[in-house]
Amino acid sequence: MRPELEHKPSRQQVNEVSAPKASHKQRPEDLPLHQIISDDGGADTGPSTLPDSELVRLYRWMVLSRLLDERMVGLQRQGRIGFYVAAFGEEASIVGAVAAMADGDWIFPCYREHAAALYRGLPLARFVCNLLGNGGDLILGHQMPCHEAWRPGNFLSISSPVGTQIPQAVGAAWAARIRGEEMVSLAYFGDGATSTGDFHVALNFAGVRKIPTVFLCRNNGWAISTPREAQTASESIAQKAVAYGIRGERVDGNDLLAVYDVVHRARARAAAGEGPTLVECVTYRVDAHSTSDDPRAYRPPELVEPWRRKDPILRVRRVLERRRLLDEAGDARLASEVRDEIERAITEAETYAPKPPLESLVQGVYAEPLWQQREQLAAIQAELTDGEGSEPSSA
Amino acid sequence: MPTMNIIQAVNDALRIEMRRNANVVVLGEDVGKFGGVFRATQGLQEEFGADRVIDTPLAEGGIIGTAAGMALYGLKPVPEIQFSDFIFPAVDQIVNEVAKYRYRSGGQYTCSMVIRTPYGGGIRGGHYHSQSPETYFLHTPGLKVVVPSNPYDAKGLLLSALRDPDPVLFFEPKRVYRAAKGDVPEGDYAIPLGQAKVTREGSQVTVLAWGAMWHEVDDAARQAEAEGIDCEVLDLRSLQPLDIDAITRSVVKTGRAVVVHEAPRTCGFGAELTALIQERCFLHLEAPITRVTGLDTPFPYTLEEHYLPRAPRILRAIRDAARY
Repeated sequence: MRPELEHKPSRQQVNEVSAPKASHKQRPEDLPLHQIISDDGGADTGPSTLPDSELVRLYRWMVLSRLLDERMVGLQRQGRIGFYVAAFGEEASIVGAVAAMADGDWIFPCYREHAAALYRGLPLARFVCNLLGNGGDLILGHQMPCHEAWRPGNFLSISSPVGTQIPQAVGAAWAARIRGEEMVSLAYFGDGATSTGDFHVALNFAGVRKIPTVFLCRNNGWAISTPREAQTASESIAQKAVAYGIRGERVDGNDLLAVYDVVHRARARAAAGEGPTLVECVTYRVDAHSTSDDPRAYRPPELVEPWRRKDPILRVRRVLERRRLLDEAGDARLASEVRDEIERAITEAETYAPKPPLESLVQGVYAEPLWQQREQLAAIQAELTDGEGSEPSSA
Repeated sequence: MPTMNIIQAVNDALRIEMRRNANVVVLGEDVGKFGGVFRATQGLQEEFGADRVIDTPLAEGGIIGTAAGMALYGLKPVPEIQFSDFIFPAVDQIVNEVAKYRYRSGGQYTCSMVIRTPYGGGIRGGHYHSQSPETYFLHTPGLKVVVPSNPYDAKGLLLSALRDPDPVLFFEPKRVYRAAKGDVPEGDYAIPLGQAKVTREGSQVTVLAWGAMWHEVDDAARQAEAEGIDCEVLDLRSLQPLDIDAITRSVVKTGRAVVVHEAPRTCGFGAELTALIQERCFLHLEAPITRVTGLDTPFPYTLEEHYLPRAPRILRAIRDAARY
């Protein structure tokens, strides 16, 4: 390593930077699957750092994610929203990871992490506005549904091209380090994204510079119709970390406690100047890629069944029952509250104007619209003034 | 007032802004210790440290992808793409990410940066060291595109770009990197983006150019003058935002327009300029608007002098327009 590539730790990291470089000890075969909750939820196979009060709170977020997805897929089927991407079966990976980060950390989402946006404070009604593309949509109807952004919660803006957020997460954490601020970024992505160039450059840059980023791969087994085996010949996703000289972790992605602990440790190492971690959450996309997809065309249902038995929400519920934190009545009450919350959000979202204003067509492209955009907007406004069916006037 | 070439002017602008604004960071291949293959970032790492003048691994997509993250977080990154021919691995990040962040987040996030890159031919570089890819980015709303032709403009435009709230592609004409010398004021001055410069006033033919081609156009206009043809030459300097008023004012006066660029002709920016002039100056035109451009071929190695628009070819177009 050339001298100028050595990371000079910022002030708050000085005491921790001498920690052992665990990444260099790892080999591809040294990547056991971390698990705390047994497959059926009936037992804990190891200790967890998550306090009971947090467990109840995170369970509620997972239930919200599930019930919201069910409701929104229903709305899409009714034609009330145009499109939806759900996270069925991946709630533990999504909620566990965001909960393990510090409040000020930046979250770079893929497009399935709505629960993380809501966890970071995006009002549920505003999320529904995004699905409707209406006047209350914080992104002004500029993107498809499920492409929310929430700046107050450091939840980034969603891109449909896969993997693009991964190097950006590295850049943001790098920027924080340059400023001497303790911020660790979290990049969510799927197994498909690990095939992209952006995945490669991100892990490579982060490895070279020991950038404080947690790379969180939700390995859900499928990229639309392409199974994991057709995506990479690597035995695991996590072992790719070894080649980049960074730490890899494999965790049961349907185990909230294990995801939380693994990400929490990865975050602590990153903050201590020990560099990034690639966390592979082994989970499963039990439903369709999106409302535009029908997995019956390419996936036998029997592949899904074993994963339904490992449902992350059922497993946490068993833990809560065993610890006497939530009984059946309490659980029913919780679900009912969450359903009410979702219905109130839909009602509130529908109070906004059905569409954003016409001017939003040219808003936010540049800080100020160009003359071309002003002319083009004026032409459209004139069309509306002239009445329907009139030809756009030439400049 | 010191005399500088374009490289020195770029270096001076970067140094001034890095002293003024601690958020400015430079990153790219070989930009740090070595100071860049063209030496545009020479001495910056010594002054500002390796945290702010960063040698990256060799991956343009990674340079722009990480720069995007830095910009989102609030830094002002100045990524260098070593040759603009190498920018294409970063196009997804530039076109789908950097250009769209403000729009796609409803203004919640911005991704302001200045992507510096040497462009253009005439250096015996073949087609991977000679291309002029400005049009790809001009076709992407959300980006600004600036191309200086001389040291004075390079410094003033770069300082403006570094203070601009939007992402800017800053194409540097490498053929005249050292050949174009001129007086450059010391210290801070900014030339607003979107203002063309009338470098020669004239009454008969308007010639539009930018970057390295301006020098050929200036030669051709001098020769035309000797033949009794009075050209008005506009150095556009900034292609987006575009100074449409300066263009129409000139063409309304002269009634004739020649557009010159070294990129291939089909869908080159000359096509857009020609259409704009036609839409806005139709009743004032005395001759067809003509284009003098590179060929619709990859950029050649051996015969590059025949590929590039040079003064004689431009002069013929000026003559044809004047005598139409």
